[in-house]
Amino acid sequence: MPSNIQIRLATDRVNYTIALNQRIPKIYTPGEVITKQNEFMRGHGTYEENGDLKASVAGVKEEINKLISIRPLKCRYNGETGDVVIGRITEVQQKRWKVDTNSRLDSILLLSSVNLPGGELRRRSAEDEHMMRKYLQEGDLISAEVQNVFSDGSLSLHTRSLKYGKLSQGVLVKVSPTLIKRSKTRFHNLPVGANIILGNNGYIWISPIMNVEESSVGGFVQNLEEVISKPERETISRLRNCIQALAQCKMMLYDTSVLYAYEESLKYDVKELLIPEAIVDLGILTQERISMLTSG
Amino acid sequence: MTLSEAEKTFILHGVQENFRIDGRNRDDYRPMELETSIITHAFGSARLRLANTDVVVTVKVEIDVPFPDRPLEGKMEFFIDCSANATPDFEGRGGENLATEISNTLTAAYSSNSVFDYTKLCILKGRKCWKIYVDILILECGGNLYDAISIAVKAALWNTSIPLVKSVTIDGNNVDMNVSENLSDCIKLDISAAPLMVTLCKIGDHCVVDPTSAEEQCSQGAIVVAISKGKFSTVFQTGGGSLHPLTLMEKLKLGAKVGNRLEEALSEALSKIKENGEMGFLN
Repeated sequence: MPSNIQIRLATDRVNYTIALNQRIPKIYTPGEVITKQNEFMRGHGTYEENGDLKASVAGVKEEINKLISIRPLKCRYNGETGDVVIGRITEVQQKRWKVDTNSRLDSILLLSSVNLPGGELRRRSAEDEHMMRKYLQEGDLISAEVQNVFSDGSLSLHTRSLKYGKLSQGVLVKVSPTLIKRSKTRFHNLPVGANIILGNNGYIWISPIMNVEESSVGGFVQNLEEVISKPERETISRLRNCIQALAQCKMMLYDTSVLYAYEESLKYDVKELLIPEAIVDLGILTQERISMLTSG
Repeated sequence: MTLSEAEKTFILHGVQENFRIDGRNRDDYRPMELETSIITHAFGSARLRLANTDVVVTVKVEIDVPFPDRPLEGKMEFFIDCSANATPDFEGRGGENLATEISNTLTAAYSSNSVFDYTKLCILKGRKCWKIYVDILILECGGNLYDAISIAVKAALWNTSIPLVKSVTIDGNNVDMNVSENLSDCIKLDISAAPLMVTLCKIGDHCVVDPTSAEEQCSQGAIVVAISKGKFSTVFQTGGGSLHPLTLMEKLKLGAKVGNRLEEALSEALSKIKENGEMGFLN
C-alpha cells in the first residue's frame, strides 16, 4: 500500500445495514406511543401514560399475545443464574472480589466460591484472605458462572469448576450482550486453532489453544513466558476483527457465524478487516452462508 | 480500565513481532472519518472519528487587541473540554491535567509564525486583531488523542472563514471597522504549514503509532512530535520512563516520516470536500 493512512469523509460513510430484502423493523424511541389501545399488557421497556403505552427505551417491539415489550438495541447485561460470563476484577475486598461484568452494578465473587489451589474441600482460613491478591488482582480477567442474582440485579459469581478461572494470554472483545446468541456451550474450540469463550455478558475471550497440562491446573496460573507464535497470533487477530465486523453489522454471534466469517475473511489481510467496505462485505457474505444453511 | 498482566504480555509480544492485536503493523493507522462544517453557527468546525476516539473542534473568532510586543500579529487560544462521557476517568476534575497538557502542546506547536501566519490576523497595527478561539470537545476516548485532535484542529482551521474587513477608520481613540455584509466575502486561513501531531508510543523496545487505549496501558511512555511541512514544530514527552539518545533520534525520524504521510492523507481528504456542497452524513 502506498499510503496506509486512510481518512475518509463522512459523506462517503458506508451503511452497515445488511438486511437482504428483509423488512427493517421499526425502531421506537423513548416516549414514543406504541399503542393507544389499553387492552395490551405492559412488558419490559414500556410504561403507561395517559392511557397510552409508550416505549421507555430505544429498541424494537416484541409482541407475545397481549404482552408488548421493547427490546433495547443497546443495553447493559441482565444476568441470569447459570450464565457464563467474562469479567474483570475491579476491587479486592474482605472475602470477596468485585468484578466488572458489563452489568449495571459490579458483580461479586466470594472467596468461598472459588477453587483454591490444593484441594477442593478446604476451609477458607484467614491466611487465604490475606493471599487474595495473589490469586486475583485488579485488572485480571476471569471466566465465571452466575451463581445467583440479588434483588437489586447485581450478580454473585462462582468459578467452582476447572473450566472457569483466571484467563491467560489472549484478546478480549466487547460487544453488546444482545448480540450473543443463547446456546448451551459457551466454550468453543474452533478448528482454525483458537479457543473462544462467548460470555453471555457480551465479553468475548479469544485465546490460543493451550496445552493439556496447563489447563488442568485450573484457576490461578498465567503463563507469561510463553510467546505466542505468529500464525496463532494472526488467527486470533483475524477472529477478533471478524467478531467486531459481525457486531458492527449487528449480526448474532455464535460459533457457526464466527467460523463462517473467519472463512469468508480469508481473502482479506487481517488489518484490511478494519476498513468499513470490508466489514460490510464480510457481513453480507456471512449472512448469505447462514441463510443457505437454514434454507437448505 | 486496567489490563491483566497476561493481556499486556500478549500485546507486548505482538508489538515485538510487528503484528498488533488488530493485525496492524507498528506504523499503521486505523481508518478515520472526517466531517467539516458540522456546526453552522461557528466560523469553522470539524469532527474526527478515529476508531473509538471522537473529537469535535469548533473555531470562533473575535476582535481583540494585539500583544504590545507583537503589534502586527493576531492571537490564537486552545481550549479542551474532556467530558466525562468520553471515559469515566475524566469525571470530576479527572481530565483537567490532560486538558492543560494537550492545550499547552497545541499552543507550543502553533506558536511560530512559520507554522501559522499570525500577521494575516492583524487588522490595525497595535490596535485591533483577530483572536481565534479553538474549542475542542472530546466525545469519546479510544486512544491516540493527540493525533486525532491535531488532525481535527487543522481541518477546522481549514474550514474557518474570517469576515472580511472592508475599511478601518480611526477617530481619536475609537477604531471603527466596516465588515463586509456579503457573507461570501471572507478570508480563508492558510493552513498548509499547520502542524500535525504524531504520538510514538514506546511498547517494549519498539514504538507504535496510533495506539489503542489498551496499548497505551502497556506503554512506558510516549513522545509526541508535531510535524509541519517535514519540520518539527514541537516535541513533547508524556508518561514516565526515559529514552536512550539513539532511540530518540530513531523515533524522531519515524515521527517525521509518519507525519508526512498523515499530512498527505489529510490534504487528500480535504481536497475532496466540496465547497458549499452537501454536508454531514445525512445526505
